[in-house]
Amino acid sequence: MRVYLDHGATTPTDEKVVEAMLPYFTEIFGNPSSIHEFGREANKAIQKARETIAAKLNANPSEILFTSGGTESDNLAIKGTATAAKDAGRGNHIITSKIEHPAVLRSFEALEKEGFKATYLNVDREGFVDLEQLKESITNETILVSVMHANNEVGTIQDIDEIAKICKENNVIFHTDAVQSFTKVPLDVQKIPVDLVSMSSHKIHGPKGVGALYVRKGTPLKKLNDGGGHEFGMRAGTENVTGFIGFAKAVELTTENEITDIARMRDKFVNTVLEKIPDVKLNGPGISEGKRLCNNANLSFKRVEGESILMRLDALGIAVSTGSACSSKSLKASHVLTSMNIDPLLLHSSLRITLGRENTDEEIDYTIESLEKVISDLRSISPL
Amino acid sequence: MDEYNEKVMALFKNPHNMGEIKDADGIGKVGNPVCGDLMYAYIKVKNNIIEDIKMKTFGCVAAIVTSSKMADLVKGKTLEESLKITKQDIADELGGLPREKMHCSNLANDALRKAIEDYNEKKNTK
Repeated sequence: MRVYLDHGATTPTDEKVVEAMLPYFTEIFGNPSSIHEFGREANKAIQKARETIAAKLNANPSEILFTSGGTESDNLAIKGTATAAKDAGRGNHIITSKIEHPAVLRSFEALEKEGFKATYLNVDREGFVDLEQLKESITNETILVSVMHANNEVGTIQDIDEIAKICKENNVIFHTDAVQSFTKVPLDVQKIPVDLVSMSSHKIHGPKGVGALYVRKGTPLKKLNDGGGHEFGMRAGTENVTGFIGFAKAVELTTENEITDIARMRDKFVNTVLEKIPDVKLNGPGISEGKRLCNNANLSFKRVEGESILMRLDALGIAVSTGSACSSKSLKASHVLTSMNIDPLLLHSSLRITLGRENTDEEIDYTIESLEKVISDLRSISPL
Repeated sequence: MDEYNEKVMALFKNPHNMGEIKDADGIGKVGNPVCGDLMYAYIKVKNNIIEDIKMKTFGCVAAIVTSSKMADLVKGKTLEESLKITKQDIADELGGLPREKMHCSNLANDALRKAIEDYNEKKNTK
């Protein structure tokens, strides 16, 4: 059996998405900027795709910029806002959290090198940003706050409603990286005063290499690449027409029911593992409190190391991931778990399981059974 | 990250020389679980020869396979010979390790060295 439980990394492209994209490679291949019929029909298609993405956020289509993915959206939002502020002679202070995706953290570090001052907010043991610290950190110089909607490693859903309000009261631009939460956690930009939202297609069964950035009307943003006037002059480069179409189709295909079903399988997985395998700890918010991404489980298995568990499961056909040391080039423990102050002995023992709509109960049962065996084997050779 | 080769993965699925020797003549402990790797080496020594060796390892794939392979390489060797085994020797026997794993997880010969020190100390205090 081959079981894919790494949907936080990427998802299989839905066949209906592929089907929707195909005509745009060969038949409707025109450059949307061309004014002839070939161009016009391509342009019409991407505007329709823009409407679909906008509708999901209750935004205006003119507030949606297509990008190459979450990383570009984060870079554009953060550097674009900072540079616009610098050009306008406004403040130079920016705020984010310690548990952001590298696309955000590295963008902040790049701005620090350019002279911006940055504050990295603490999180509690479940990964929630310290809102008091946020309030205290904002000064007259603050121009941007960037806090992710849901965390990619532990699934913590931040109270972005409250964060957005704090920012609005202080007249600070608020960006949220919603790459993991988009279509899973509702986000209505008419209700939540967020200014910038990053989204990605391949996390929701769309194609890779495409994403979007919501930019609230009137938000000052400086473009990153020079060229033609594509995407309202904000993102030069001929449009990835097939990608935009695929992304929109993927959004269309998401349903409320699948979220309920994924959460049900995730809950069963977590509860059964905690019951059957001794000395396991769930990292992040509890699964029944509604503050955790529906498809995320992050567990630490005492006395065994994450990469070993991952590779043993891999040998049994099961794909999961680990943010812990030894799974990445840096060999450092996860910055998310470290910031959450979890027991240092558990830092290297974590495993992230992220479900998707194509998973079945049978696959979950097989994974639990395999995990029991793998953990027991590895513990038998562990000195701890 | 470079990938683990097939030889490494085969050994990882079925590592040998793993476990504990209750009446070991020397025990060597290296690493730190907070850093992600911890290894215990247990040796039985007779006539200056490593008669038996067992390893207990908490760590990644590289940590486990280097433990297992090091034990293979030193079993039946004299203490002096076994001390000559280098990290590179162990990696070579495994057909190579991902570059970034060469130093962080390849601690087995350090564990052996400590076990031999422990054996020598115990012998001298007897």
